[in-house]
Amino acid sequence: MTHACLPLHWRRYPERYLLKGNYCENCKTAFFPARVVCPNCRRKALLKEKEMPRTGRIISFTEVFVGPMGFEHETPYFLALIELENKAKILSQIVDSKKESIREGAKVKKVFRKISDTDKEGAIAYGYKFKVVK
Amino acid sequence: MRSVSIIGAGCTKFGEHWDKSFRELIAEAGMKAIEDSGIEGKDIQAIYGGTMASGRLIGQEHIGALIADQLGLTPIPSTRVEAACASGGVALRTAFLAIKSGEYDMVAVGGIEKMTEVSTEEASFALGGAGDQETELFHGATFPALYALLARAHMQEFGTTEEQMALCAVQAHKNGMNNPNAQFHREIAVEDVMNSGYISSPLKLLDCSPITDGAAALILCESKKAKNISDKAIEIIASAQASDSLGLTERKSLTELAATRIAAKEAYKQAGIKPKDVDFAEVHDCFTNAFILAIEDLGFFRKGEGGKAVEKGRTQLNAEISVNPSGGLKMGHPVGATGIKQAAEAFEQLNGRAEKRQVEGAKTGLTHNVGGSGATAVVHIFRKLEGKK
Repeated sequence: MTHACLPLHWRRYPERYLLKGNYCENCKTAFFPARVVCPNCRRKALLKEKEMPRTGRIISFTEVFVGPMGFEHETPYFLALIELENKAKILSQIVDSKKESIREGAKVKKVFRKISDTDKEGAIAYGYKFKVVK
Repeated sequence: MRSVSIIGAGCTKFGEHWDKSFRELIAEAGMKAIEDSGIEGKDIQAIYGGTMASGRLIGQEHIGALIADQLGLTPIPSTRVEAACASGGVALRTAFLAIKSGEYDMVAVGGIEKMTEVSTEEASFALGGAGDQETELFHGATFPALYALLARAHMQEFGTTEEQMALCAVQAHKNGMNNPNAQFHREIAVEDVMNSGYISSPLKLLDCSPITDGAAALILCESKKAKNISDKAIEIIASAQASDSLGLTERKSLTELAATRIAAKEAYKQAGIKPKDVDFAEVHDCFTNAFILAIEDLGFFRKGEGGKAVEKGRTQLNAEISVNPSGGLKMGHPVGATGIKQAAEAFEQLNGRAEKRQVEGAKTGLTHNVGGSGATAVVHIFRKLEGKK
């Protein structure tokens, strides 16, 4: 219900399963998700597909007590803005981590999880979440 | 250069209108604005209407035509404008540009949202569409969650506290007591906010703006003409808009809304004034930390000092700068209507009609409307139009 049609899930597999984004060789900037146009270089851009590093650090976080449709069963849950090792930023849930360990600067790594409940078309959405590592 | 003025304003009460439909609300606000301006419907040449999520909230699109139809103003052109929670502000700017261009002399502009026809979960899902559907909402990010991430970043960098944010809500409720159209008439204390329960930490229920039904409308007129037909015209002396990345991950800084800063800079340049020349402002405080971001990004206080400014009462009614004399978005946030309601408040203030919430000696007013988590920002500055009819 939350996340639209099957082709949308399907298009996003490389991004959501493998953290595939892209990288502009002209301005040396990583983009996640992949962009069609490099906002820094525009027509001078040299965009190449690239997998993002699977570790990073928490920049900011929140514990969500009232979630949108499709997240009823996991509320409350943690969301964080994470800076990956190549400076690309990502917004993700933080799971399998002690509450006290979720803080600014904490090191996190990617895990593969179910994201939300089955929608009307029967597709269970999978993708990345992150967990705190020592 | 042509100039544009507001000659009439009308608002519905903001709240839960179980007894009124979308079309009744916009017709009520529109008729009030036309009556207030003293013109006839036939004098209006075009309509712009701001609404964010009518499709998801009431299953109705094609809002431009609906407004013209309901107000009995067909066949003039009528256009819907959408920019999430900044739909109203962008509609105002679009109407402003339409007159400025010379195409029209008299334009009606409205803003509306009917949000209580669906459940809270459905409403928050609809509002989530103002952020990035694929990289934020997909992962469970609600609007409070996005602003909570911004709030935590501000707390970490500048030591802003949850109590300082709570004080923004206290001030809003205090000012709202004097606003007959406010959704709430209840004073609250810091403890009420602190005990109101986390929606998305560190933001609590009373840090958040409510789900609201409401509409607002304005009549805009070319200023020379306005002088001849109205003695309450206020001139739009600046109109500026800026955009930023849709999602938070591409922002250069999490402790400002860059679009606000850029639009404000442009607006001050157009008006030939500085932030200290502003007597009152209606800012986009969809969450209490958004109030702090706004008073910093608009240049009223230095970056990082917003929380302290609120603590010292510098933004209270008739203090250093009166911010949100109406009570702001905490007193009702029917998203598409908010930007228009802010300008309607400026119209009341500059005409000395704001009664108990009147800002003393109000000469220059500013309105600030934000879409999403800061991907759109619109700033307008107003002053009483010189010369009477």
